[in-house]
Amino acid sequence: MNDLPEVERYELAEDPLYHFTFDRRQFLKAFSAGIALLVPMSHLLAQEQGESGRGGFSRELPQEIGAWIHIDEHGSVVVYTGKVEFGQNIRTSLAQAVAEELHVPIATVRLVMGDTDLTPFDMGTFGSRTTPTMAPQLRKAAAAAREMLIALAAQQWQVAPDTVRLVDARFVSHDQTKSMTLADVAKGRKLIKTISPDVKTTPVEQWTIAGTSVPKVDARDFVTGRHKYTSDMRRDGMLYGAVVRPPKLNMTFESEGSATADVKNVQLVRDGNFLGLASLDQPFATRVAKSMTTRWKTSPDPQPDNATLFDYFRKNARDGRGRPVGSVAEGFSAADKTLEQTYTVAYIAHAPLEPRAAIAEYVDNKLTVWTGTQRPFGVRGELAEALHIPANRIRVIVPDTGSGYGGKHSGECAIEAARLAIATKKPVKVVWTREEEFTWAYFRPAGVIDVKTGVKNDGKITAWEFHNYNSGSSGIQLKYDIANQNIQFHDTKSPLRQGSYRGLAATANHFAREVHMDELAALVKLDPIEFRLKNIKDERLRAVLQAAATRFNWQRKPSDERRGYGVACGFEKGGYIATCAEVSVERRTGKVKLERIVEAFECGAIVNPVHLENQIEGAVVQAIGGALFESIQFANGSILNPRFKSYRVPRFSDVPPIEIVLVNQKDLPSAGAGETPIVGLAPAVSNAIFAAGGKRLRSLPLAPNGHQT
Amino acid sequence: MAKIRAALTVNGKKLNVDVDSQTSLLSVLRNDLDLTGTKYGCGEAQCGACTVLVDGQQTRSCVTPVGKVVNKQITTIEGLEKDGKLHPVQEAFVKADAMQCGYCTPGMIMASVALLNKNEQPTREQIVRHMDGNICRCGVYLRIIAAIQTAAEERRNAI
Repeated sequence: MNDLPEVERYELAEDPLYHFTFDRRQFLKAFSAGIALLVPMSHLLAQEQGESGRGGFSRELPQEIGAWIHIDEHGSVVVYTGKVEFGQNIRTSLAQAVAEELHVPIATVRLVMGDTDLTPFDMGTFGSRTTPTMAPQLRKAAAAAREMLIALAAQQWQVAPDTVRLVDARFVSHDQTKSMTLADVAKGRKLIKTISPDVKTTPVEQWTIAGTSVPKVDARDFVTGRHKYTSDMRRDGMLYGAVVRPPKLNMTFESEGSATADVKNVQLVRDGNFLGLASLDQPFATRVAKSMTTRWKTSPDPQPDNATLFDYFRKNARDGRGRPVGSVAEGFSAADKTLEQTYTVAYIAHAPLEPRAAIAEYVDNKLTVWTGTQRPFGVRGELAEALHIPANRIRVIVPDTGSGYGGKHSGECAIEAARLAIATKKPVKVVWTREEEFTWAYFRPAGVIDVKTGVKNDGKITAWEFHNYNSGSSGIQLKYDIANQNIQFHDTKSPLRQGSYRGLAATANHFAREVHMDELAALVKLDPIEFRLKNIKDERLRAVLQAAATRFNWQRKPSDERRGYGVACGFEKGGYIATCAEVSVERRTGKVKLERIVEAFECGAIVNPVHLENQIEGAVVQAIGGALFESIQFANGSILNPRFKSYRVPRFSDVPPIEIVLVNQKDLPSAGAGETPIVGLAPAVSNAIFAAGGKRLRSLPLAPNGHQT
Repeated sequence: MAKIRAALTVNGKKLNVDVDSQTSLLSVLRNDLDLTGTKYGCGEAQCGACTVLVDGQQTRSCVTPVGKVVNKQITTIEGLEKDGKLHPVQEAFVKADAMQCGYCTPGMIMASVALLNKNEQPTREQIVRHMDGNICRCGVYLRIIAAIQTAAEERRNAI
């Protein structure tokens, strides 16, 4: 298994959004007075350049217990992690791990997450890395803390450490005559000791807290509305910021113009291609920003649209760097039949319900930014780079955020708030509108995939040629046992800003691969599951496929001829998945309806069954959108559907019964589960539509208007 | 736009706010009253994150000018908990694990309360129809349906 974290190539390759100059032409204008104020910012530039940019991807983790765990004076266990909570429920699952190792009730554990001043460096919450890497790290830290605390307790009692036990957050002496609390022993001191590399953590079969369905630790704050997301926070004297945006993506700033609205008490800030304003009144700030008569230059480059996109990808493609296996030429000559098809996926939007939000405060040469990002340390680097402030004078804090799905890796909103805060010398909050989020964030990459294969009449695949243009290389490798392969990802140019999305390109690659597998099965007249099993040696993949088929009752074919079954399976990020879908297609109208989904998932030892099921369910529901109807429409530099009215996301009425089969492999390390469960649905549904007598659909979304196209 | 002194009753408390009458109720709740449990999601009544009750009726506060709700009873998510005891619908959401990021949760709960107020024992179909205007991007729909059913069942058992 590949243990290297996935490089977020899109965000890395991207140019910074803003080039602030902080030069003397930069002005801060109080509209009411009509006076432009010069705000020299050269002192910022003169300061030493510290860590900046978006580097820092490989760093040693601190080995001190105290960097990860602190027992405060009340005996609460405070845990520090750079991971952030976006709804994956890692605040709960990581607390489970620590509670288990420390032998304390889960209620005594409190996590400090995603705070660049308080938590150890972390490159970000993505790639399903929290469960396989952060949980074991915290387990080790907690186990080391337990050993250290027991030694301290023994010292206090002047007994041997092996006569002291830590049970339910209390130290108990051998004869049970004496007991002490965590606070009695730790006395608020920092736990200064190196975590020994061979510290023993609890084996999975002895888990009592992990492996159980502990409820979301702060569920009550969410159902009462008490939880403060970034967009809910306020600071004393805070202004609300708004950014003046060009009407099209391919436009850049020419001159600032003036506001047509009544503009009392609004401060306008311009720096380079940034034009923003701040006011005490939020709706007012937004209104003024929209009323600006700013002039923009249009880029002369021709803009592709949905119709010309895939040609554009091919035209601008670079050679892939994949190493072929065996010889596809030989594989094709050994084949009885060959099949060549093309598959496409559209750009789609993450549309997190909480749009990008940030509050920035610049006090005593220190910048503090609260923002909902999956990469607090990365955003600190972006802020340092954009604002010319050393990273050690920037603190990024991430309150638990209203979801991200890979869509909040970047810091544009944080930079905007920070630029306004520095100029106005007040805390400034910027919350993007839904339209901004749909237009100025980034999208899941679109892609076009060419697949050519050879197969024997008995169902053995002999050659596999696979070229993905633009969408990415995640999940591109085969778990099928095929001797001759040529698998290539081709980098190309994207007309729209693109980046990570839950599961990355594994969705696109599984879609192409698993629909193609269905077509091959039909070609050699084999049942789709039988055909797959013929080509799978991997036991874990076989197991989930069989588990899904059994629960789905695959053998019992639908009695209604308008209904069809479809299947897909795969592997990504340590998780194995198989999805079966039952779909009905109305003959006359082509109307597609999902009737039932069964998904089997295996990600090693299960940490929290109810939250795991919730993640899988959520991934399946989110997948319905990309499978059936989500698609960004664009032309001439405009996003044509930047709102929920015109960009349809899954709703209650779209969701069929979903059955989840959890395959628990206690002897295998736990993998993350937030992403991979999303990849099976689209191909399973496409295959089911075909089986229901519909068309063979090779493009996502499959039924943009509720009908097959 | 004309500034008015709006007399509002929010969660049983009478308040006066000086605002433009066209300002959205959502903005007044969040920015003037610091009742931030009610969320902005789209600003055009498409997602339900801003749902509150006005005289018991489900209302999208993002498209409701504050001038229209003067002297009416406004209930927000902050008004459901009584004396430290969660409303049965809140309780049911916790039990069913009916949230992930939680951002849609207040709107979902307010919409559920509105539904159960007018229809104590909704069918599954009625739940889906009523709730279809509320978006949960994390996809927790099935758990929310289960939570509403649990709350309805508990009300039935309590009678």
